[in-house]
Amino acid sequence: MIYNIPYLAVAALILVGLYGVVFKRNLIKMVIGVTLIESGVNLFLITLGYRKGSTAPIYTSSPGGLMSLPVPQALTLTSIVIGVAVLALMLSFVVYIYRHYKTLDARKIGGEDE
Amino acid sequence: MFFDNLPALAVAVPLFGAFLTPLVSKIGDRARNVFVILVMGLTTTVVFLLVNDVFTNGIQTYVFGGSYQPGETVIRIFFEVDGLSAFMAIIAVVLPLVAVIYSWGFMKKETGLDKYYTLILLMTTGMIGLVLTGDMFNFFVFLEITSISSAALVAFWVNKGKAVDAGFKYIVISSIGALFVLFAIALLYGQYDALNMAVLANSIQYTFLDKMALVLLLVALAMKAGIVPMHMWLPDAYGCAPSSVTLVLIGATQASLYGVFRVVFTLYGRELTTAVNQVSLNVLLSVFIVALALATIVVGVLMALKQSNLKRMIAFAAVAEIGYMILAVGAALSTITVDSNTGVTMLTESGEMALKGGLFHIINDALDIGLLFLVAGAIYYATRETSVNKLGGLARNMKYTTVFFLIGLLAVSGMPPMNGFASKLLIYESTYQINPILAVIAILCSILLLAVFVKVFHSVFLGPKLSVFKDTKEVPKSMLLAMGIIAIVIVFFGIFPELVVNNIVQPAADALTDMLKNGLYVKAVLGVI
Repeated sequence: MIYNIPYLAVAALILVGLYGVVFKRNLIKMVIGVTLIESGVNLFLITLGYRKGSTAPIYTSSPGGLMSLPVPQALTLTSIVIGVAVLALMLSFVVYIYRHYKTLDARKIGGEDE
Repeated sequence: MFFDNLPALAVAVPLFGAFLTPLVSKIGDRARNVFVILVMGLTTTVVFLLVNDVFTNGIQTYVFGGSYQPGETVIRIFFEVDGLSAFMAIIAVVLPLVAVIYSWGFMKKETGLDKYYTLILLMTTGMIGLVLTGDMFNFFVFLEITSISSAALVAFWVNKGKAVDAGFKYIVISSIGALFVLFAIALLYGQYDALNMAVLANSIQYTFLDKMALVLLLVALAMKAGIVPMHMWLPDAYGCAPSSVTLVLIGATQASLYGVFRVVFTLYGRELTTAVNQVSLNVLLSVFIVALALATIVVGVLMALKQSNLKRMIAFAAVAEIGYMILAVGAALSTITVDSNTGVTMLTESGEMALKGGLFHIINDALDIGLLFLVAGAIYYATRETSVNKLGGLARNMKYTTVFFLIGLLAVSGMPPMNGFASKLLIYESTYQINPILAVIAILCSILLLAVFVKVFHSVFLGPKLSVFKDTKEVPKSMLLAMGIIAIVIVFFGIFPELVVNNIVQPAADALTDMLKNGLYVKAVLGVI
């Protein structure tokens, strides 16, 4: 049971994130929802890479024994970098939307004809 | 040296060009435009050389950062180019090339064009990478590159609130989709310790986690491909983006569709005939895909009927066209059977034909819908008006544009002698043999599509000359050239469909059914099956 806690946290983060995106009207809260999903997925990747009692795979100064494969960590790092780019883009959209409509309520934007 | 590294160059050239563009922009506008067209031209050359290589010599693999012998542990990043990848790469490179030619005239009066061209080149990089890669994580990265750059381009006209809203919608949808894809990749990695598609396809077991991964991948990629009921972002994004961007967006949407095909036919190709509760996976998938396809076609066409904004109308037609592709592929899936005597997995003849029709329709849809969007852009450029109700009598002032619209109209509604007819006929014929109802719905909706665009043609181009538009002039030459290129290809494909089907579509269809028959995709990496 205790070893499943990270997976439960993953499920909780993703579900809370989805709730935020689907049910919240405030654009900032939707952005927070997306980042929560992202954190959940990153946590999942990191958890997959964990091996009990293993050390970092630095061959020159390793004490020997079990070493964990660094692929999941590398994936997570890449995913975090991409996440930052997405977050920056989404927030800059929100800034423009606020300037144009003077509101962050998803129901009140984008309804006009061109 | 040059010819050995074609797959890497196909991605490296536009990527390098993208980051050089802001520097070249300092010299001058003309230098920048010429530079971008040259970079796109070079990319096109590289991709066509690669495609030629694949069509003559079979699957090409490329390993990044080292050598690799078949049979070693697969840990490096692979590009694996088979017939399907090559087919999609042609679309992914031709659309941006036409778009940058079109942009020369269309975007002339805009500011911030250095960023615009940088993003277009980045988007091209993303699309080409997406279709060439043989690595799941790489696939995710290119998916995100495409999403980020295209969302920024959708919102290019930031002074319009609606465009920014569409961009926001698009980035939320596509980043959530991409995160689902990443989650599915993690599920697969956790079980098989592999990210390489060929290795995964070889070892996949169809366990509970695999089923979860399949659902996540399909939902996320279908969302990005704009399949009903996950199409809400598509009309907004297509409608609000500048027309040149929309043309490239069509390519991005179809690259996601490529992802769907790759997952179903290659990744889960071995397991397609696995039965769960007496129903085999291919039948299950086929029922879902065909149901979604019919919904997509009907909703797309009906929504197109009631739009008054020209670009939104074409966007809904684009939704309907995507429905035709997955209808054909879904119908083909249902015909996969295992011969009980010989144990050979095969498709029926109509299934093969449906597959070919569906794939042929991908390239036709890109051209037809693309041409219509370019014409809509030309109308907007000349009149600054997008509402169909306020336009009229433009045929007198814009002769060439009218002809191009007429070609696009006939092609998109599947009238001979255009290319849309050639692929839709294949789809009708084959789906009729599989289930007549499918063909009936497909034909009816095609007729409705014709009605939609004939109405537009009448109200926009025909009728008395409106006084508001008496000074309207034909659009600049670069835009006419871009539309002309697509129109010529449309007519050519329509007159010689056999040539296209045999030379381009057939290898792609073979690549789709490869995992059922030979498993060459796996063999190219692992050395054995």
